[in-house]
Amino acid sequence: MTRLASGGRIDRAQTLRFSFDGTPYTGQAGDTLASALLANGVRLVGRSFKYHRPRGIWGLGAEEPNALVELREGARREPNTRATTAELFEGLAARSQNRWPSLRFDVQAVNGLFGPILSAGFYYKTFMWPASFWEKVYEPLIRRAAGLGRAPEEVDPDAYERMHAHCDVLVIGAGPAGLAAALAAARSGARVILADEDAEPGGRLLADRQEIGGLPAADWAAQVLAELAGFRDVTLLPRTTVFGAFDHGTYGAVQRVADHLATPPEGTPRQRGWTIVARRAVLAAGAVERPIAFAGNDRPGVMSAAAVRGYLNRYAVLPGRRAVVFTAGDDGWRSAADLLAAGAEVTVVEARDAVAPAIAEAARGARQILGARVAGTAGGLGLAGVTLTDGQRLPADLLAVAGGWNPLLNLSGHHGARPRWDDALLAFVPDAAPPGMAVAGAAAGRMTLAACLADGAAAGLRAAEEAGHPGQPLALPRADDEPAGLRALFHVPGRGKAFVDFQHDVTADDIALAAREGFRSVEHAKRYTTLGMATDQGRTSNVTGLAILAAATGRSIAETGTTLFRPPYTPVAIGALAGHQTGRDFRPTRRTPLHGWAAGQGASFVESGAWLRAEWYARPGERGWRDSVDREAQAVRRDVGFCDVSTLGKIEVVGPDAAALLDLVYANDIASLKPGRIRYGVMLREDGFVFDDGTCARFAPDRFLLTTTTANAARVLQHLEYAHQVLRPSLTVALLSVTDAWAQVSLAGPRARTVLGGLLPGVALGNEAFPHMSCAEVVLEGGMPARLYRLSFSGELAYEIGVPPDAAAALADRLLAAGATPYGTEALGVLRIEKGHVGGGELNGQTTAGDLGLGRMLSRRKDFIGRALAQRPALVDPARLVLVGLLAGAVLRGGSHLLAPGAPATTAHDLGHVTSACWSPHLGRMIGLALLAEGRSRIGTRIRVHDPLRGGDTEAEVVEPVFIDREGLRSRG
Amino acid sequence: MRYSALALLRHALTDNRSWTPAWREPTPKSAYDTIIVGGGGHGLATAHYLAKEHGLTDVAVVEKGWLGSGNVGRNTTIIRSNYLLPGNTPFYEHSMKLWEGLEQDINYNAMVSQRGVLNLFHSDSQRDAYARRGNAMRLAGVDAELLDAAQVRAMVPGLAMEGRRFPVKGGLLQRRGGTVRHDAVAWGYARAADQRGVDLLQNTEVTGIRIEAGRVLGVETTRGFIGAQRVGLAVAGNTSRVAAMAGLRLPIESHVLQAFVSEAVKPMIHTVVTYGAGHLYVSQSDKGGLVFGGDIDGYNSYAQRGNLPVVHDVMECAVQLFPAMSRLRTLRQWGGIMDMSMDGSPIIDRTPIDGLFLNCGWCYGGFKATPASGWCFAHTIATGQPHALNAAFRLDRFATGAVIDEKGAGAQANLH
Amino acid sequence: MRILCPYCGDRDAAEFTTIGSAPPPRPAPDAPMAEWHAFLHLRDNPAGLHAELWQHSQGCRQWLRVMRDTRSHAVAGAEACRS
Repeated sequence: MTRLASGGRIDRAQTLRFSFDGTPYTGQAGDTLASALLANGVRLVGRSFKYHRPRGIWGLGAEEPNALVELREGARREPNTRATTAELFEGLAARSQNRWPSLRFDVQAVNGLFGPILSAGFYYKTFMWPASFWEKVYEPLIRRAAGLGRAPEEVDPDAYERMHAHCDVLVIGAGPAGLAAALAAARSGARVILADEDAEPGGRLLADRQEIGGLPAADWAAQVLAELAGFRDVTLLPRTTVFGAFDHGTYGAVQRVADHLATPPEGTPRQRGWTIVARRAVLAAGAVERPIAFAGNDRPGVMSAAAVRGYLNRYAVLPGRRAVVFTAGDDGWRSAADLLAAGAEVTVVEARDAVAPAIAEAARGARQILGARVAGTAGGLGLAGVTLTDGQRLPADLLAVAGGWNPLLNLSGHHGARPRWDDALLAFVPDAAPPGMAVAGAAAGRMTLAACLADGAAAGLRAAEEAGHPGQPLALPRADDEPAGLRALFHVPGRGKAFVDFQHDVTADDIALAAREGFRSVEHAKRYTTLGMATDQGRTSNVTGLAILAAATGRSIAETGTTLFRPPYTPVAIGALAGHQTGRDFRPTRRTPLHGWAAGQGASFVESGAWLRAEWYARPGERGWRDSVDREAQAVRRDVGFCDVSTLGKIEVVGPDAAALLDLVYANDIASLKPGRIRYGVMLREDGFVFDDGTCARFAPDRFLLTTTTANAARVLQHLEYAHQVLRPSLTVALLSVTDAWAQVSLAGPRARTVLGGLLPGVALGNEAFPHMSCAEVVLEGGMPARLYRLSFSGELAYEIGVPPDAAAALADRLLAAGATPYGTEALGVLRIEKGHVGGGELNGQTTAGDLGLGRMLSRRKDFIGRALAQRPALVDPARLVLVGLLAGAVLRGGSHLLAPGAPATTAHDLGHVTSACWSPHLGRMIGLALLAEGRSRIGTRIRVHDPLRGGDTEAEVVEPVFIDREGLRSRG
Repeated sequence: MRYSALALLRHALTDNRSWTPAWREPTPKSAYDTIIVGGGGHGLATAHYLAKEHGLTDVAVVEKGWLGSGNVGRNTTIIRSNYLLPGNTPFYEHSMKLWEGLEQDINYNAMVSQRGVLNLFHSDSQRDAYARRGNAMRLAGVDAELLDAAQVRAMVPGLAMEGRRFPVKGGLLQRRGGTVRHDAVAWGYARAADQRGVDLLQNTEVTGIRIEAGRVLGVETTRGFIGAQRVGLAVAGNTSRVAAMAGLRLPIESHVLQAFVSEAVKPMIHTVVTYGAGHLYVSQSDKGGLVFGGDIDGYNSYAQRGNLPVVHDVMECAVQLFPAMSRLRTLRQWGGIMDMSMDGSPIIDRTPIDGLFLNCGWCYGGFKATPASGWCFAHTIATGQPHALNAAFRLDRFATGAVIDEKGAGAQANLH
Repeated sequence: MRILCPYCGDRDAAEFTTIGSAPPPRPAPDAPMAEWHAFLHLRDNPAGLHAELWQHSQGCRQWLRVMRDTRSHAVAGAEACRS
């Protein structure tokens, strides 16, 4: 065990059991999986992507490139989880990944021997012969070898949700700068959200031994948090990562609500995806230490020096007893001092030739080698020794590397700003940020404690003021600015693989090779080598990589530039972004007022857009859906049936200029329509193609009710509003969707008038009093107000009856009692095909009114939307596909194509396609509607119906697109 | 330098120190026979086919940034030729055939992976619409199969078929569809064009198009004027801006399309799957990342980034289809700027200006078209006439009404 | 993205629907076909300030003319088409 006897922020009273690769261990509450593994002396945690090199723990948090595990098991398995961010819980089970047969002995480690062949971009240069081998041989091998962890194979049992919030000031990160910013903003009266990715806010204050205002820094952090928690308008969001800065102050965040528990408690989501709209934001995400590229810098036991301090001070774990600290700056000496204090034997290898006496004094118990560099490491599955460039060998089980700090300015670049290289800081610092965002603290290049506090307080104050709250300047507690001297050191050249991107196994040689091959742009080099594209998103590798690229191309780092930052800041669970909108809740389900009634009548339902509609009502003895549909359709033709048509869009158009507006949107004339009458109408898009069809009923000179197709209900309303507000704003007219306000039933069949008469005793329903295409407001027997329309979609004598939704079931009961047969959408479809009415297959956005046989409806007397552009040559081309009917002896299917008999089955001979097809119980054969080139002239001829996709190939007779009652006598009867 | 396994071995023995640049970094000449503006996939492919098919090597590709910095490097890598309308199908099938021989043609492994593209359907009417399309494909000599639910289930393990909104009823499958490593397409064409003598001028931005008496004379650039007999524009995303330099106004709006990649996991999806009840297409890269895309954000944009509503929508669709995906993580998201045309189809044509040619309007389907687009554009530039394969992609089709509107959405750019 | 609706205030853009560029005035019925073609199809498509139409479809249903920069997305203003 390497747990220190005292110190740390772990709960020593609470011991937790966990397992790694099946081996049981224990840790303490407050541990991460990484700290617990280190406390148990486990250094080998994973294998790398390409060479399957043994890897340990490098970092302390989200920057971790190496220690990725499969966390949890079964349906809750989470591949590629950083051991450094996984909080320990009782029973935690983790497995190493990307190794076979075991972590200690991984066959694919042999890849390392082929390193020179598996150089950057090697796969672009080979695997090309023979061509067919790619899918069969090469690619499966590559895919299996790649890919890190395994996705779960079962449905995720956990829930997710999305949440929205607004605030004055969003503070991102709760280290010294973020705490100071949040406090300054909160005391100014601003509504503040403070989000921090860690379980315990505090950032580096928890990892370092520093003092603020005479208190240990972590105690100061706790004090500030306690004060913040007391503000009514402050929301603290620990375990919350702000992952993206979007437009106009919108931020995306993910809160890990229950990831620190074995399973989420009942009613609690696993994670919550936040959309936060903030007037101002302060980015105080801190900085992360970067590695130095030298041979063997990836061996388990090589760690970030700053991370080592974190393990010592926050988790009371000593990661090695015999430590070498390799540093290019003052910061590494702090790690040396903390290691000494924890009882380790320490050698400092300092790249600079001299350091300030006070710094050396603080680490006086350590052996100090100045002006030196680490050239290599030794050991098998873990570090055993370090070699310096002068050949000196140092035995070591820990190599703490301090290469300088990379500000975590990612979110500042989410709107496309590129950061600026600061030669003094040896870091990229933000040059610009999204509107409303300020960057503070280490993220802005303030690398010392007092500077972070001051910067954060100032940023928080300014943010509050800009959000409209008079600022309350913060009295800053006393804190020191620690020494932060640094020299540039990114790479120690030498033999052996010097890793830059640990996870993707990108070496310094790979970057040099990319440059040699002309991939000199930073974007080219990234894409060619895959530098920075691993799950750590280049946190530790990018700056080092482009420093090496700069050297290889003879440019400065500033000239080389950097790649853009993009969301997400750290990888985000897809479930948290999807929220609860999955499964049956994926999209809203619309049910008609008659849904329950139909279900009670044995209906089965079909999805029609967002709607569920009754498709047929099975009756005892029926052998399949066709029996039901045939019976229902024949009931309409021979007797009477009724169908729920509530899903049709219904729009009320009211006002003195209602007719004028409708004359603009309908291609046919509306103004001449008399009150009490209905007209079938066609709307075109402005490009002259058919948009929608429906009916237009005029109840009064200034009051119309339109129906639209189910699919286009929303779009037609929008189109009308556009026509009114944008094209004819001077018209006085109001539009209202009343689709949900009226349940509507179609009553059709020779006996329809009789049945209706039973509902309207004493009302004259004869052809003189209420002819075809009439409408009226009526009161049904029993006092139910209704709207009555004499309309026919089936071609039979038919009425549509609109009633308030809560009266629908009673109406249906009465119709049923009167002997009418309920019919569903399938029979409705059969009836309309028999009658030759167009539907979705024909109204596909590619047809003109002329194509559909509706050309003569286009008014010549008025302007209407689509009128001009419908005259374009290609829209009036006589060779266009036009609507015809088909009669077939064999099966006819929608989507079949049409060919002249004997013509070859090629595109050049393609004459059209079947748009709708069904079995006609009335005719006793298959019928269809089709769009056929020069179709009118082919009526009476035979056509080949070709459906190679489903093995269909038959002939059909081309007929007029109406199969019943061409004269329209039935509907007028 | 020829690429092969043997070359890799030989260079490995010398520590990879003798690899040479994949392309030269030439100094611009004062004039070229032909200039292609835009060093993306389509521009580089055009240069390659100009040299290879038409013997034109006095060609420069002028690129404002780095080669492949446009949409060829920021798409979801899908290739397919499952088009419905006769103006489209033969063109995309030609592209598919060029993909099938690409690597041997350009001596570059772009990882053309014909793993299949499966379009799911969820209703009878959608099935018939896909059947219409699949039959059109078969008539054009393109492979297409209609799968029932059981066949889909067998092909795509992990796909949630039932018990949720919009159950999966089947799918239209094109087995020859699949994915290609997108960056490699740009690099492979660049290297091949360079080897045939084409000058690739990176970091050279066109600032003007010089025209006299209705004839193009060359382009003004940040590195000075470069003369040319013929200039071809292949700058999708920025077409309106560049064409405006020649006084052209186009039926195009620029929109942003986002794409996403997840952390790498072991193989779990072996084909490209598209959702029929929402907007999602997903595949898994050879490296293991799941690559997702959905709808465009919908507002005009020249910013290569999108917003959360589309992120949410795409992820909802992903979990809806693959419930196990909710525990995987998105790693990166990015945006590309699309030339959204007014009928959803591209333009490869001459312009009213002599010597000026246009290749644009790819909406968000340009990647799969890269080889045929370059091939047809090269033909159009070299011969002055469109090839039969791009004969429908005319600039004047909006005026004549001969639009190619696969979706039937009409003249609204953001609906395509 | 957020849009300041003149009726409903500062609202998430997800509540709105856009059809893209605000077209020029609709031509007269007898205008030449070229004018109709330009009206329906041709766009300036600027990289910069752009006049576009949005409808507050999940709010007040008003069609708005929004001035927005297509590079930064900064919204300069929004007014109802009817005003």
